[in-house]
Amino acid sequence: MQPVIDARAVTKRYGKVEALSGLDLVIESGTIAAVLGPNGAGKTTLVRIVATLLSFDSGTVHVAGHDVTHQPHAVRRLIGLAGQSAAVEPAMTGRENLRMVGRLYGLTASEARRRADAVLERLSLADAGDRPVKTYSGGMRRRLDLGASLVGAPRLLLLDEPTTGLDPGSRIELWDTIRDLAASGTDVLLTTQYLDEADRLAAHVAIVDRGRVIAEGTPGELKARAGADRVEVHLRDEDDLVSAAAALTRVSGHEPAVDRGARRCSVSVERGTVVLGELARALDDAGVVVQDLTLRRPTLDEVFLSMTGRPAPELALASPRPAR
Amino acid sequence: MSTVSLEHTTVPPGRGASFAVATAQTASRTLRQFLRTPQLVVVSTATGILFLLIFRYVFGGAVAHLGGVSYVDFVVPGFVTTGVLFTGMGAASGVAEDVQSGFVDRLRSLPIARSSLVAGRMVADAGLLAWGLVVTTAAGFAVGFRLHGSVAGGAAALGLCLLYGLAFDALFVTSGLYAGSAQAAQGTSFLVFPLSFVSSAYVPVSTMPSWMQPVARWQPMTAMVDSVRILADGPATARTLGHPLHEYLLLSLAWCAVLLVVFVPLAAARFRSS
Repeated sequence: MQPVIDARAVTKRYGKVEALSGLDLVIESGTIAAVLGPNGAGKTTLVRIVATLLSFDSGTVHVAGHDVTHQPHAVRRLIGLAGQSAAVEPAMTGRENLRMVGRLYGLTASEARRRADAVLERLSLADAGDRPVKTYSGGMRRRLDLGASLVGAPRLLLLDEPTTGLDPGSRIELWDTIRDLAASGTDVLLTTQYLDEADRLAAHVAIVDRGRVIAEGTPGELKARAGADRVEVHLRDEDDLVSAAAALTRVSGHEPAVDRGARRCSVSVERGTVVLGELARALDDAGVVVQDLTLRRPTLDEVFLSMTGRPAPELALASPRPAR
Repeated sequence: MSTVSLEHTTVPPGRGASFAVATAQTASRTLRQFLRTPQLVVVSTATGILFLLIFRYVFGGAVAHLGGVSYVDFVVPGFVTTGVLFTGMGAASGVAEDVQSGFVDRLRSLPIARSSLVAGRMVADAGLLAWGLVVTTAAGFAVGFRLHGSVAGGAAALGLCLLYGLAFDALFVTSGLYAGSAQAAQGTSFLVFPLSFVSSAYVPVSTMPSWMQPVARWQPMTAMVDSVRILADGPATARTLGHPLHEYLLLSLAWCAVLLVVFVPLAAARFRSS
């Protein structure tokens, strides 16, 4: 099947600043894809190029087989864009905003009305639909903005940092909406600085740094590439640390790290799930009382660190936690 | 979340609106913005009327020799004409705000002709200009202005004002697109004040210092104001002003052509790529 986004060797300079330096990205249809990177990595530049808003210096970009430079109109018929800000008219009601965008997509007045009603219903904005948007909360505006990008039933939804600045509750709601849309057949490309957002939402993650993709794959593949899993043993008695460490050494072949105060020792292992069983037996044989035994995969921030050789200072390590 | 269907089968892929529909839709959005944000309209209208009162009653007494034309009949056509600048300059910050808020990006990502974005804005601004013209003209009659030309001439004068307003609107829209921010776009007032005050709008050019007179005489507003003035105050006024109507008319229309030919394509180009 034809990729929904096919970007090859894309470069874009703003004066002396190289925003994209030979970026390659191929996104297959049928997924939520995330472009993850710190501020200034080139995420927004990429989205604006795919959305036909920005020209670029070299390379090629196709959306569902259409060249964004030479067939921009064909591309615009396939995409819906929701940017970082809520691009809706505050003086108009939610319903009026959606109808207007519907008409601009080429729907008839009655199609646009029907479609606007469906989108409002879908985004739980039906009750607020006849209120001016200036009375909406930030989260509602963002949802309406997403709605505006859906009125035309786009094949590809482009979301540039859709949850930046949202409170945790609104963020979770938006995640659910995006998942539902993808499930009903819309391809989604989103950008994010939130590692956990990419982890939870996307089937395909491309990590972008300094204008190029430095790693991509499923979140699981990326974590696997970042290095081995870690096994952690948490003991009830400090006295057991020596025998526990010996068991870890025997099973993994590496010297474990021991944290005496926390009654904890850990070691990196190659095939974590296999090792876990062996280790449980070895600890049991040694008569060690285990309080907690965990196999931990590297987090995406560890992935970023291992790929770039530097931590991601501007990268939000986790989005704000939702209140449970 | 409910389960209303958003399947692709419910709607064919967006065909994209025609130029006419896209223009009408974007114009109606801007008009609704005007109507529902009364401060946008009220402030500029009220400022205009305030200036009219000041000139009519505060400065009016000091301005004497106008060759048989009373000051109120002299200044009201000037006010109505320069009013299009004060009404139109809001377009610059309005458009800049649309750029900043991402609204322009949303429109640019849709399958419509990008020239319809310029057209839509200018159609809406034409509505606002017409409103401003009606209000300042009514205010002019209220402070004692009387039409000395024909009614048809008066109507033609208002039509000309609308055209002048649209020509400057193209400039304001363009500067809004290039300004980067609404604050920067307000810099257009540095253009509006010299254009309106260093013109024949409020005092005869002949009373200005000699170095200023050529600037005042040839800049667009003077030809525009004097065309409107002769149509409103009657042919006798042409003798006082020094030139016949057709000369002012020709110069003012040439200025409109220049403004439109330069700025409409510039604005359209800016909408096309950024």
